[in-house]
This record gives sequence, C-alpha cells and structure tokens, in this order.
Amino acid sequence: MEALLTAVESKLKAQFGDGFISSTMNVDYPEFVVKRDLICEVVDFLYKDEELAFQYLTTMATIHYPENAGQEFAVMYQLHNLSKNLRIRIKIFFSSSDVNVPSITSVFSAANWMERQEFDFFGIIFRGHPNLKRILNMDEMTYHPMRKEYALEDGTREDKDDKMFGR
Amino acid sequence: MSTKNKIEKVKTSNHSLSLGEGQGEAEYSTLNLGPTHPATHGIFQNVLKMDGEIIMDSESTVGYIHRAFEKLAERRPYYQITPITDRLNYCSSPINNMGWHMTVEKLLGVEIPKRVQYMRVIIMELARISDHVICNSVIGVDTGAMTGFLYIFQMRERIYDIYEELCGARLTTNIGRIGGLERDFTPKAWDLLDKFLIDFPPALKEFENLLMRNRIFMDRTINCGPISAERALNYSFSGPNLRAAGVDYDVRVMNPYCSYEEFDFIIPVGTQGDTYDRFMVRQQEMWESVKIIHQAIAKIKKEPEGIFHADVPEFFLPPKEEVYNNMEALIYHFKIVMGETEIPKGEVYHAVEGGNGEVGYYLISDGGRTPYRLHMRRPCFIYYQAYAEMIKGGFLSDAILTMSSMNVIAGELDA
Repeated sequence: MEALLTAVESKLKAQFGDGFISSTMNVDYPEFVVKRDLICEVVDFLYKDEELAFQYLTTMATIHYPENAGQEFAVMYQLHNLSKNLRIRIKIFFSSSDVNVPSITSVFSAANWMERQEFDFFGIIFRGHPNLKRILNMDEMTYHPMRKEYALEDGTREDKDDKMFGR
Repeated sequence: MSTKNKIEKVKTSNHSLSLGEGQGEAEYSTLNLGPTHPATHGIFQNVLKMDGEIIMDSESTVGYIHRAFEKLAERRPYYQITPITDRLNYCSSPINNMGWHMTVEKLLGVEIPKRVQYMRVIIMELARISDHVICNSVIGVDTGAMTGFLYIFQMRERIYDIYEELCGARLTTNIGRIGGLERDFTPKAWDLLDKFLIDFPPALKEFENLLMRNRIFMDRTINCGPISAERALNYSFSGPNLRAAGVDYDVRVMNPYCSYEEFDFIIPVGTQGDTYDRFMVRQQEMWESVKIIHQAIAKIKKEPEGIFHADVPEFFLPPKEEVYNNMEALIYHFKIVMGETEIPKGEVYHAVEGGNGEVGYYLISDGGRTPYRLHMRRPCFIYYQAYAEMIKGGFLSDAILTMSSMNVIAGELDA
C-alpha cells in the first residue's frame, strides 16, 4: 500500500507539478488530492499510464462540508486497477461559490450517470457532460437535497425534539 | 427493339426494389416502455425511438422509487441503517446487510470469529442463489418458458424459509448485526439447510435441462444484447454481467472478505457478453454457491460451537436476561439503542460481491452517532446506463430479454 502511495505520488508530481496537492494513507486505500481543474487530465493520465493503468471507475461521491470555508465541497473518485488489484481515491476540493468541475465522461462512460447523480443531489456542475440533468429526483425540483443545509425533517415541526435523538 | 426495352424494364424494377432512399423523411414512432409495464420487471421507463420493430435510439428514465437512502442514512444510528440496505437489491437483501455490517466493522476495527464468518458465507451464498434463481427463471419467462419459473420458485421459497428461521423475516431480512449475527443457527435452521442442499441440485439440474441446450432458447438468446469486455469495463460493469463479457472480476476472489480465500470455487466467465452468456454465468454461479455452502458447513463443524458474534459488548446488543440482571449489560444496551456508542472518525470503503456485482459502501464518520456521509455503490445503477447502447439497432423483443438478463432491480437502481 505504501509503495502504491509513493508510486502514484511521484508520477502525479512529475506530470502535474503544482496540480498535485497532497496524499494521505487511509485505513484501506491511499488518497490523493489534486487541483479541481486538472481532474480530467489526472484521471486520463492514470488511465493511460502503462504501469498504473487505473482503468475502472468504481464509484464517485460528493461530500459537503459547510464549515470548511472556501472548500465546502469535495468530490471523491475511486479508481481500480483490475489486473494488479490496486485501488486509490482521488479527491478534489472547491468552494461552494464556484461549483464547476470538469467532467470525466470522456475517459469513463460510467461517469455519465454518476455525475448526473452528483449534480442532482449536490448541484455540482460537470463541465463537458453530454446530458447533465436530474436523474433520481423530479425535474421540477429547485434545490439539491443532499446538501447539509437541507434537514431531513421539516424544520417547522415542533413535536420532535432533536436534543436526544438524531444528529 | 425488344432487348433494349427489356433492359430498361429490368432497371426500373430494380430501382423500385430500393424504395425508401430519397423518398422523403424516414418515419419513426415513439414507444414508451414503462414505467409500469409487466415486461420491465420494475418501475423504470424507456422511451424508444422505433423504426418498425427496430430500436433506433432510446432514453432511460429512472428514479420512480427513489427513497433518499443516502440522506436518510445521515440521520440514523449505524444499526438502523441495516433495514435501509435491505431495500436496495431486495432479491438478495442478506448480502447487502452483511456488506453494511462489514463496512462498519472495518471502521470499528472489529475482528469477527471464524465461525460467524462461515455462517455469513452460508447466508450470502443462499442469497446469491435466490437472486440468480429469480433472474434466470425470468429470462425463461421472457422467452416464453413459464414452466421453469414456476418449478424453480419452490426452491427460492425454501431459501426464504431458512431466512425466516434465522431472522424472522423473508424478503427484507435485516439479518445479522454489527459484530456478528443476532442469534445462532437453530437446529431447525440446520435441518432446513440440509434438506435444501439435498433437494436443490436436482431441481436446478431439471431447470437447466429445460433451457440450457434447448434449441429455441439458444436461438432466442445467443447474440441478444451483447456487450464487449472493453465497453463493459468502461461502463464499470461488475458481477455476472461483466463476467459474461469475459472479465474474471469477482470481489470474493480479488478482495476476499469473510474468509472467502479459504474456499475452493471457480469464477465462471462467458465470451460474448450476450443474454445466453449472462444466463450461463449465473447458472454456473449457483452450482459454485452450493459448493461453497457445503465447504462452509464442513468448516463450521470444526469450529467451537455456540459462537455467533464477536466479543464486543460496546457494539453488540447483550441478551435480554443480561440486561435485566447485569449492570454493565444494561448500560451497553442503553448506549447501543440510543446510538451513543463510540464510533471512531474515519473513512472506509468496503465492497461485497452482491447478486448483481460489487455492492460497495463508502462511509465517512466524523465520530458522531450517525454517518457524516454514506454513499452506496449500487451495481445496477452503474451498469443500467449501458442499456441504451446495448439495445440500439436490435429488436424490441430482444431489448426486453436484455433487460431481464441484466437483472435490473429497481430498488438498487434508485436507492
């Protein structure tokens, strides 16, 4: 795992220089933070690199950190090298005032619906996506419900006390 | 005179054969397949652009049974999320349950005793059989063979009887707990399992004999809705659908959990990625599952009896008698039920091989009583987007068959 971390880190540093921000070792897989605008190039580079060959997009998830000023949103891409069984996570962080992220649909066809899902629930705009519209929620919806400011319960209810139950 | 005229005549008639070119706009009709149509086996819509019986283009609309599971999970203590996972792929709920338990156990760093792992393997393989039985028999129904479906469903019923004996529920099982299982297998459960293992192979063989080398079935399914291995990988296919295309990716082998590395089984793969290959891969996997269950039973016999959970009192509910008579047990009971257990901060991803492929949970904990963020990797959602590409240029009847052979489960699609 440590070897994988250093291998990917040195390759990303050599290729993107400042575009590579940091790396950490999680409980399970290494994680790399890169610049938001370079995400498509990074994913494409990892796909085409003969040694690393991360050619399988396992999943994608957006995370909302409302308290993290200037970096309210994170998008996580989990990649898998099936022949060597290596898994990594790539993360990008960005501000809620500018939620434009380059789409990676040109590299992975599977990213199409995954990105639509993140757009639907978090309002992340994926630039270059062929068909960016809501997927699970109805088209008439005016907000992005997975953002933390939308409480699960109706805020006007008084019969439920959250001091003991719930977050 | 006559020869010249003849040639001209032939030319004219030849020309009239290729009617259509330059004869005005091609006419397409729009067909709504779904949202509620018996042939879709679930609630999702496909808007098809048809040229006669040929599909020129299609668009899939999903989300009709979206239930906001990821949002719900942000408000529930960890043990209350298990019933949510039941409702993903409801044909094999126990696998989803186990996947969730293992994700949390990975976060907590809980080591599960071998006997419990083997018991979980038995439950998961039974779930895989019940999942594949439904999918394969429904392929039969969609090709016009109702008989196999009706007979093999008795076997699924027998699996549900075993679930019922283990956890009290049949479809949405909520089986197992974080740290182990809620109770040991009862003697009746072992008995039902043994009887099932005796009766299932002949029934499966009978089902196989009906379809596997059946000329009508083969003509109907071979080359129906194929996908190449490259496209399947680019679409992040997983599970039987990917293996039918010829890629031997199985989470049980590549990232073993629950001691799968100790079991001897093969990963069946196809070559064409068409409906017949998907059918055959699932069929073979059922035989492998039977093999795995036999091995697991043999392994359990070698383990000390009576263990059904890890020794983690802070996460595993104590038995009721203990709660009433023992101070510590009462405290733990209260803390667990109120969601006051100490959950470490962290970020984990854990995947299991579900009925349809890699079921993964990406969990971020901030140390609170509920997950900060839970993302579920649902294989159906990911591979169903390839459907439009797979049915393009084919017949409508093939599209129906492609959908049922991909085993698209609305619950997993929409989350």
